[in-house]
Order: sequence, then structure tokens, then C-alpha cells
Amino acid sequence: MGDVIKVSHLQQGYGKTIVLKEINLTLQAGDILGLIGPSGAGKTTLISTIMGMLRPQKGTVTVLDTTMPNRELLGRIGYMAQTDALYGDLTAMENLQFFGQMQGMAKAKLAERIQYAAGIVNLQSALGKYVKAYSGGMKRRLSLAIALLADPEILILDEPTVGIDPELRQQIWHELHRLAKNGKTILLTTHVMEDAEQSSYLMMIREGEAIAQGTPAALIEQYQVTSVEAAFLQAGRDQDAHSRND
Amino acid sequence: MRILAMIKRVFREMLRDKRTLALMFIAPLFILSLVYFLFQGNATTTASLATRGVDRTLVTAVKNKHIELHSVSETASPTKVIREHNYAGMITQDGHHLTVTLANTDQSKTAIIKQGLQAAQVKLQMQAAHTTVQKQALALKQMSAALRQATGAPAPKASRPVPLATYHTHFDYLYGSDDSTFFDTLLPIMTGFVVFFFVFLISGIALLRERTTGTLYRLLATPVKRGEIVAGYLIGYGTFAFIQTLLVVLFTIYVFKVQILGSVGLILLINVLLAVVALTLGLLISTFAASEFQMIQFIPIVAIPQIFFAGIIPISSLPHWLQPVSYIMPLYYGASGMSAVVQKGATFVDVLPNMGVLLLFAIVFLVLNLITMRRYRQV
Repeated sequence: MGDVIKVSHLQQGYGKTIVLKEINLTLQAGDILGLIGPSGAGKTTLISTIMGMLRPQKGTVTVLDTTMPNRELLGRIGYMAQTDALYGDLTAMENLQFFGQMQGMAKAKLAERIQYAAGIVNLQSALGKYVKAYSGGMKRRLSLAIALLADPEILILDEPTVGIDPELRQQIWHELHRLAKNGKTILLTTHVMEDAEQSSYLMMIREGEAIAQGTPAALIEQYQVTSVEAAFLQAGRDQDAHSRND
Repeated sequence: MRILAMIKRVFREMLRDKRTLALMFIAPLFILSLVYFLFQGNATTTASLATRGVDRTLVTAVKNKHIELHSVSETASPTKVIREHNYAGMITQDGHHLTVTLANTDQSKTAIIKQGLQAAQVKLQMQAAHTTVQKQALALKQMSAALRQATGAPAPKASRPVPLATYHTHFDYLYGSDDSTFFDTLLPIMTGFVVFFFVFLISGIALLRERTTGTLYRLLATPVKRGEIVAGYLIGYGTFAFIQTLLVVLFTIYVFKVQILGSVGLILLINVLLAVVALTLGLLISTFAASEFQMIQFIPIVAIPQIFFAGIIPISSLPHWLQPVSYIMPLYYGASGMSAVVQKGATFVDVLPNMGVLLLFAIVFLVLNLITMRRYRQV
């Protein structure tokens, strides 16, 4: 079995502005990649490119041995957007049904998976409610449930833990680890260092460049610091020093 | 399957949004009713005309049911009299010189007075001619009597004075009847416009909301085809547009009792095509709007001008350079097609060109929609 996600020499941007340059990344089944970096660093652009919403300006992106962009492959990716893209005039149940059908799921499987996904995010009792009556955290959880719905091989989660309380965060991480153990590949962006520490592999992006990547332990050792946060800060300082020398 | 899910979602959202439903189904009827009542007052305009020192014969000649005469004796200037009493005009006479002062705030009243005066002049001239003829006939008679007395010849059969010819006019109408009002002309245009406007607005804002809340992007992150999204919208909102059209057309037929010479089905068909054009245009225009407010800003640019070029003002009376503009207005094709069916009983084949152009508009807008959606997902 080949690499699940392979990004090589990627350069990406909008028009003439370059957002990402020289990104290389390889993920195998079971990996949990944490993308960390300040806002505006290009994390969401990288995610969009991996999903094939954007065509790479330079370089290639291969997902499950398919060159992206590829529309049909999106059926094998579960996606959670940064903004809660939900229909407020529909109930949570109707939102799940709708997105499940869009993902191309069969009816019987859909009904079963809705119960499972709602269970993961503790929303079973609130499925009949209109989404416009949901709190911010509940919307976030529903978005995550939609991403989990189709039992996809790849999960791409843009800031999945924003507005989620610590207890539920732990529960979600427990589930993500279980999914990874079963061979799913997970890619998530985050600002939260606790999330970064839970990831099996980290990529730090700053000003469109991957300034450091490796397992959390390897990064801590590389920068001779005690935490992932410190490693990130040190990598940032190194980048600044490097660009001054140029 | 996906299209079906899209349609179901559109239905659910629409049916739960009672205000939008009301806007779509009740507002058009309200507007049409207003227009109906506004144009009922057909020929009841009367102009009040003040006279001072005008010959009685002229005054009687001027008198008709559209002119209300007021004889005034005040010596103030005509402008002052008109202002004070809110007359439409005033005539003053000075020997053989008539001066007519017109308020001219309402051009239709000005026209009534001018017409009244012209008619009066014609009437007076005819009367004068008539009396001259009668006088001459009398003189002739007297002359021949004197002649007969002198010669002793038998009286010739007296020639009666020829009576002045009067005509009774009877009007026959090719289209409509003598109680046709401007409303009958306006109706197809208004129906088309109302359908066009509301469908444009509602579908445009619906897709816009989908863009701004990010659900469109989220949708495109599934394997759905762009065509499936557009088709879902088209069928979902198209169904509501069809119901709206049906309601509007039935309302005009049964409540306003507008006589439709052609087939009602054809009217519906043209309206549905117009609705599809409005729908695809609304979806397309929403691409260029970042908010609901910006969508509203397109109304004076996209929707309002249509009504001017749809035949309210006959196209042939527009300035020459402006006439071609009509040909890029979808409403022009819809309204002129409907007018032909309503007023002239045009058949399917007669309005086929109009429907063809509408279909072409819809296809062009559809393709543009698919292209602009590439902004969100490049495959």
C-alpha cells in the first residue's frame, strides 16, 4: 500500500500572491497530522489544495494514489470546515441526512451512521432541534459529526476543537486515536498546543513555509526544548534569523 | 439522487420560511391589484377652466363633459386666478383676441383644454357656415317669389334647404372592447415583471446565503457535480416559481376578468420560461454580490430597466439609438409574447421565436453559473 497523502514541491497561491511554497509531505494510513501555525500562514490553503478544491500552481498532490484535483475522490474524504457550514433552517438530523446523501451514502447505512456520529459528539438528544437554535459549540460538534458520517478513509478537520469543552475534546481525541488505529488518516489544523501534542506528526507552517516537521518528540529534541509550543516558537525565531541573513 | 436531496432541502427551507413564502405568493397579487385599481379611472379626468369676458357662443361651444367651466369677474391676472382657485386654465377675451393661460401642471388636462378649444372653433365655423347657407336659401326663395310675381309663372317646386349632414359613429374593435383600459395593455407586462422580479430576488438571495454561510463550499467538498447543485436549485426554486406564476395568471383571469384571446397554457409556458431566466440570472448575479445588501443594489441595474423596455412605452416610440436595448432585455421577449397571446390570440408558433430567445437566455446564464462555480472548486 502506497502513501495515503503525498504532497511534493507544492507552490500555491491566488493570482500573483504566493501563499505556500515548497511544501513536501507524506502521510501513511494511521497517521494523525497536526498542522500548526499562526492564522494567515496558509493552513487552510494547504487543506483546500489537498482536497483538490484548488489546483496546485506548481508541484503535485496525490491522495490515495490519485492525482488531485479529483471530484470523485472527495467521497472518500470527510471534511470539517473552519466556519460551520450548516443549514440553520433544518434540524441537525436533516443536516446530517442531507450531507450524507451528498457524500453519496446509501439510505440504510446513513441512518445507522447518523446514530454513531451523533454519539461521538454527544448530540443524540439534540438531533431534532433546528440548527439555528444551536450554540457555537454544538454547531462545531455537528460539523464534526458530518465529517465522520461516511466512514471516510481520510479525515480533514479545519480547527476541529474550537469552542469544545475539555471533556468533550478528550472524548473526541479518544475517537480520533481509535480511527487512526483502524487505519484512517487524519489531518487537522489547530492553534491549540494540546491538540498538537496528541498528533503523531506535526507540520509547522509560518508565512507560507513549512518551518519544521516531524513527530512531536523529534521536534522537541531537535530544538532542545521541553514542549511543542517552545519548539514552534524556536522554529519561528530561526526562520526570522534565516530571512534576515538572506 | 443528489439532485433529489437538493430539491428536498430547498423545499424544506422555503416552506419553513413563512415570510419569504408570503413575499413570493401574496406580494405579486397585491402589486397587480394596486396596478389594476390605479388604471381603472379611464376617462374621468375633467379640467376646470375659468372664463372672463368671453362671448357666450364660444362658452357654450367649449362646454363638454371633460371641461368644467367657471365664469369669473375678478380683475386679477389670470395667473393669480389660476393659482388661487387651482384651475387648469383660464380664457380671457379682448375684442377678437383670446388669451388662454394654462396651469400645465397636469399635461392631460392641458390637452383636454386645447382639444376643447379646437373642437369649439370647428363647431362655431360649422354653425356660421350653416347660417350662411340658410340665409342664402332664404334670400334665394325671396328672390324667386319676387320673380314669379313679376312673370306670373307657376311656382317651381321649392327646393328644401339641404340639412347639414350628421354622422353616427359606431366603433368596432379588432382586439379588446370599448371598455379596454390601459390596464389591459399593462397586464401582461406587469405579470411578467412581477414573476421575473420575485424569482430573481429570492433565488439570488438563496444562493448568496449559501455562499456567505460557507455551505456552498462545504457542498462542493463532496463529490457532487456543479451541475447537480444548479439543477437542484433550478427544479427546487423553479417549482415555487411555477406555483407563483400559476397563481398570478389565474388571479388576473378570474379576479380582474381579463379577456385572454389566446390559450392560458401558452401564457403559463411563457411565464415559466421567464421565471427560469430570472432564476438563472438571480443565481448568476449573486456571484457578484458579497452580501444581501449588495444583491439589492443589483435591482435598479438588472430588474428595473427591464420594465421600461418591455412595452409599457411602445418600443417604436423610443429614441432610435435606445431601441436595440430592448433586445437584450428578457422581459421584452416575455411581455411581448404574452401581449400577443392575451390581446391578439397568438398561437404557439407565433410566439415560438420569443420563447426560443428566452430559452437561449436561460442556457447562457446556466453555463455562466457553472463556470463561476469553478471559483470554489476547480473540478
